[in-house]
Amino acid sequence: MDNYVVEMRNITKVFPGIIANDDVTLQLKKGEIHALLGENGAGKSTLMSVLFGFYQPEKGEIYVRGEKVDIKSPNIAHELGIGMVHQHFQLIDNFTVVENIILGDEPGGFLVDYDKARKEVIALSTQYGLGVDPDAKIEDISVGMQQRVEILKVLYRKADIIILDEPTAVLTPQEIEELVEIMKNFAAEGKSVILITHKLKEILAAADRVSVLRQGKYIGTVNVADTTEAEMASMMVGREVNFKVDKKPANPGEKVLEIKDLWVKDQRGLDALQGLSLYLREGEILGIAGVDGNGQQELVEAITGLVPIEKGEILLQGQSIVNERIKSRINKGIAYVPEDRQKRALIMDFRLDENIILKSYEKEPLSKGHILNQEEINKKGNSIIEEYDVRSSEGIDTIVRNMSGGNQQKAIIGREMDLKPLVMVASQPSRGLDVGAIEYVHKRLVELRDQGKAVLLVSFELDEIMNVSDRINVIYQGKITGNVIPEKTTVQELGLMMSGSKEVDLA
Amino acid sequence: MKKFLTLALVLLLSLSLIACGGEGAKEEDKPEAEGPQSETIIDNEEVDKDSLEEITIGLVTDVGGIDDKSFNQGTWEGIQFYAKKFDLPASNIGYLQSTSDADYIPHLSQFSEDKKDLLVAPGFLFEESLKKISADFPDQKILFLDAVVDAPNILNALFAEHEGSYLVGVAAALKAQDAGKDTVGFVGGMDFDTIQKFEAGFEQGVLAVDPDMKIVVDYVGDFNNAEDGQTLAAKMYDAGVYVIYHAAGGSGNGVIKEAKDRVQNGEDVWVIGVDKDQYSEGVYEGNKSVILTSMLKGVDQAAYDVCKLTAQGKFEGGTVIYDLKANGVGIPADNPNLTEEWTKTINEFADKIKSGETVVDPVPSRVK
Amino acid sequence: MLKKRNHLTLSLIAIAISFVVASIVMLLSGINPKIFFLSLFRTMTGVNLQAIGKENFFNARYLGEFIQISLPIMLTGLSVGFAFRTGLFNIGAEGQVIIGGVGAVIIGVLFKLPWIIHIPLAILVAALFGAFWGWIPGILKAKFGVSEVVVTIMLNYTALYLGNYLIKALPGSDNQKTVTLASSALLQSDFLRSITGNSRLHWGFIVVILALIIYHFIIEKTTFGYELRAVGFNRDAAEYGGIKVSSRIAYSMAIAGAFAGLAGAMLSLGTFDYGRVIGAFENYGFDGIAVALLGGNTALGVFFSGLLFGGLKSSQSLMQASGIPLEIANIVSALIILFVAMNNGLDYVLDRLEARKRKKNETN
Repeated sequence: MDNYVVEMRNITKVFPGIIANDDVTLQLKKGEIHALLGENGAGKSTLMSVLFGFYQPEKGEIYVRGEKVDIKSPNIAHELGIGMVHQHFQLIDNFTVVENIILGDEPGGFLVDYDKARKEVIALSTQYGLGVDPDAKIEDISVGMQQRVEILKVLYRKADIIILDEPTAVLTPQEIEELVEIMKNFAAEGKSVILITHKLKEILAAADRVSVLRQGKYIGTVNVADTTEAEMASMMVGREVNFKVDKKPANPGEKVLEIKDLWVKDQRGLDALQGLSLYLREGEILGIAGVDGNGQQELVEAITGLVPIEKGEILLQGQSIVNERIKSRINKGIAYVPEDRQKRALIMDFRLDENIILKSYEKEPLSKGHILNQEEINKKGNSIIEEYDVRSSEGIDTIVRNMSGGNQQKAIIGREMDLKPLVMVASQPSRGLDVGAIEYVHKRLVELRDQGKAVLLVSFELDEIMNVSDRINVIYQGKITGNVIPEKTTVQELGLMMSGSKEVDLA
Repeated sequence: MKKFLTLALVLLLSLSLIACGGEGAKEEDKPEAEGPQSETIIDNEEVDKDSLEEITIGLVTDVGGIDDKSFNQGTWEGIQFYAKKFDLPASNIGYLQSTSDADYIPHLSQFSEDKKDLLVAPGFLFEESLKKISADFPDQKILFLDAVVDAPNILNALFAEHEGSYLVGVAAALKAQDAGKDTVGFVGGMDFDTIQKFEAGFEQGVLAVDPDMKIVVDYVGDFNNAEDGQTLAAKMYDAGVYVIYHAAGGSGNGVIKEAKDRVQNGEDVWVIGVDKDQYSEGVYEGNKSVILTSMLKGVDQAAYDVCKLTAQGKFEGGTVIYDLKANGVGIPADNPNLTEEWTKTINEFADKIKSGETVVDPVPSRVK
Repeated sequence: MLKKRNHLTLSLIAIAISFVVASIVMLLSGINPKIFFLSLFRTMTGVNLQAIGKENFFNARYLGEFIQISLPIMLTGLSVGFAFRTGLFNIGAEGQVIIGGVGAVIIGVLFKLPWIIHIPLAILVAALFGAFWGWIPGILKAKFGVSEVVVTIMLNYTALYLGNYLIKALPGSDNQKTVTLASSALLQSDFLRSITGNSRLHWGFIVVILALIIYHFIIEKTTFGYELRAVGFNRDAAEYGGIKVSSRIAYSMAIAGAFAGLAGAMLSLGTFDYGRVIGAFENYGFDGIAVALLGGNTALGVFFSGLLFGGLKSSQSLMQASGIPLEIANIVSALIILFVAMNNGLDYVLDRLEARKRKKNETN
């Protein structure tokens, strides 16, 4: 037998109506970083859930360190030295780092031997260069640090097979680089890492080998050193993918949206926006770059009317809209693709057609005198499906919950573009989407701009900001700290502005 | 797996709950029916069993349920006693329990359609329903307890509460005299003629023992407000009342509670119960109770008598008054808080009422 | 994505399982379950299967009573269902029934009008009283975020005591009931009585049919219903779509209250012909929760589950007379609710069974 530390052979996992994993094989060597690549819904999470004992496969076998195992529950996975860092952290905010780490696995008998645990955590943290303060409370440390606490939890439980589920989604570019280092430390110490991702750059930077899944099927495994971004992308999507956004030079016109000295409080009552000012012109895409939590959410919600403002002015075509209700702002031409589409933009238990009319159900011919016209609604739904290539199993009758993330986003973009807006506010529009869908979203945003509309693009992905925007504003601690043209700046320079170390106003 | 276990556990739990429920129901089916003796039902007429028709009897309870320790249960015990005594098959008697007053008409209709020889409805709550049922089923013989519906097929059994109240008035006065007190009290539910009868009898009984005894009278204004009942009782006890006779249903529970509280704090006060023997409700320590005695209504006696009348073919519509003589009212056979001497005195007064020597007026002096 | 079985299938399975479990309970208590089912069937159809061919095998009174008893709980089912579609839990149907019933009684006692005005007025006032009683928790929820569950529970008690107070305060009332209502305000009908063997069936069934249709129409066909459903599923997204969430919450509770108020009218003007002082809750509101839950909060679902619970309720006379204690029907109702409420678990068990079957087929 070969020296695979984990071998999943011919795994098939069926859910009613869907084959999530169809004869998938995964071989993990000791001391390697193995990327698991696939679009959303390709079956990556299902496969890892099988390995972690959440699901039992219908067919197939799992070998750990050469022995056949039956992983019936996460407890058995723990015993086998398999640990998983989930995308959504499972930490208790007002506990310290150490308390979180030992939770559920406390040393000592009835009384917790806290000092012993603390020493162990410090040792692990130093060994792998994690740099975590053991006594800090979770609510006081950054998202990147919280992720490291999750990693420490896994290490503390003596895992040597570590699964990281989309770990970079929440990190800044600098934090991503550091995480890659940490993963490499693991590999050097003989631990094996499975990195679930759909970001090709990270794979190139970190992984030794990559296995690709597409629509539940196993496509193949290649050495990262022998492949390119384009090759991986085509394996993942099943066709050639265009990375560079095709666009003509922008031709900006009048200022259509202007924000002056805007102050907004966040949910905790702190000033999230502190006198922010910006402008947005017809026919341009303004990218808002910044690390999560610097006021982006409050900015877009203040524009769309979802949060009240403390003071300042928001002008749409020169007219103040700060006292307008949400619906009236929609009708005046502000479209919005929110960051959290499942929470904000979609009613997951509604049918697709019902979601498509969310902002237009009161308009004729969709309804007349408060009575809905289902025939017209169907027509509208079908036209959006067709025009925006929204795919679902039962057409407009599909419950949105049962659709893939990419198609949900297409439906949202279709709905918002169909409003014929003056301003499109798009917050993280490609978040969680695969390359094919990202390409689609970008194309649509450029198309809007080419029609002379204004687009405000908020993103934490610098690549996206650099590729799509015509102009970039950097947001830091509730203020704009940079106003630059993508062609005249670098990711490094943006990174400095995003951390408040530099201010630039070129445009 | 965990999920499945939870599910199994829930199933098991619900099953065991149900099992308990089932057993409970079974027990309730037969609230004590041992032996053809009764402490409370008197029948001096010797009847040959064979001269009696083998009748079927149906009881519809009000929302209190069959085990309410009051009208429903008492009536059912009367019926059971009859069945036991004259060897009726168990299937000949039955009851339907109501969960709401909307159940009365369908339940009464059910038994009428089943052609029960006698249909029994305990309590004035059945008044409206019986008006309809007596018209819908004109051949159905019906015993209606404690209120009146005028119909040829309904026998209304009323109780001479003033006579029973007279006796507990005697008991109250004797107890007060013995303790050197000079005031007793009456707490009524609502101030109208049915309840005034209790007040009237009590008043006359007290004065018959001691014409100088003071009697404080007050009404709660509600039959179901224990808090107000308690407040009123506190007021009376504070004013020096030694024994309170309550005819106030649920509000009377507040009177009993106040007395219990005071006795536990070392005071010496007493309560007289109503409708049934309330001794057990007044227990505050071991077997000691604040209930001096109770004024009983003989619903069991009435039910028994009318069953027999029906079997003898002598059932007739109209109104019968169950007085002291007919064993319709009285005090419990066993009164731990009364001395033998007092019981003797009370019985002497009772004999005078039975013989007609004493006539109790159902109207209290304050109303005249 | 897991594909959920539809609500109808799960509900039918829940009913079937609860009948099976109830049968086991009956067997354990020495009762023949056959009697239970025959009684239930006879109550709901009037047909005595054991006396087919004989005289009197059909008794229309059972049928009439069965429908009559189902009417108010269908309406409370609609009440709970309507609020639920807006994501609100209306535990207050009980109190709204009481207050609605009092409203109808007030009109019935105080006014003398031709029936063509009197009946609709009494029904309308019942609906308005109920709507007001539902609006209070609605507006508190909308404006101050107070839990509607807590407020409605409190208001149930308030309704019980306020209702009794108002009933006793009406001219001519004694401490148990009001005077008989003006016949022009009553839904009772000698004609319906006569064709159903003197049952209490009354014209209220027309009100209930209209209510079912109106419910369906508002929820499924109007922009208002669309807004309510959107708020019910996802308040954030509804707000994002420009819907005034708090006003919809208040409206929804008021309309839910109106349905329950109508149930009060059914009782005051149909089942009885006088206003009653009630000692304790009569559980129409709580039955409504069960009916809505089983019926999946749709008009048609509420109709059928209302019939089932109405059947169980009205089979009481016959069952008790046949020696099945009161508790058995209550157990069956409770089991149905239990199994419907466990439908996720049920779904899970069914998944397991299917997976096992599939595995077996594959190995063969």
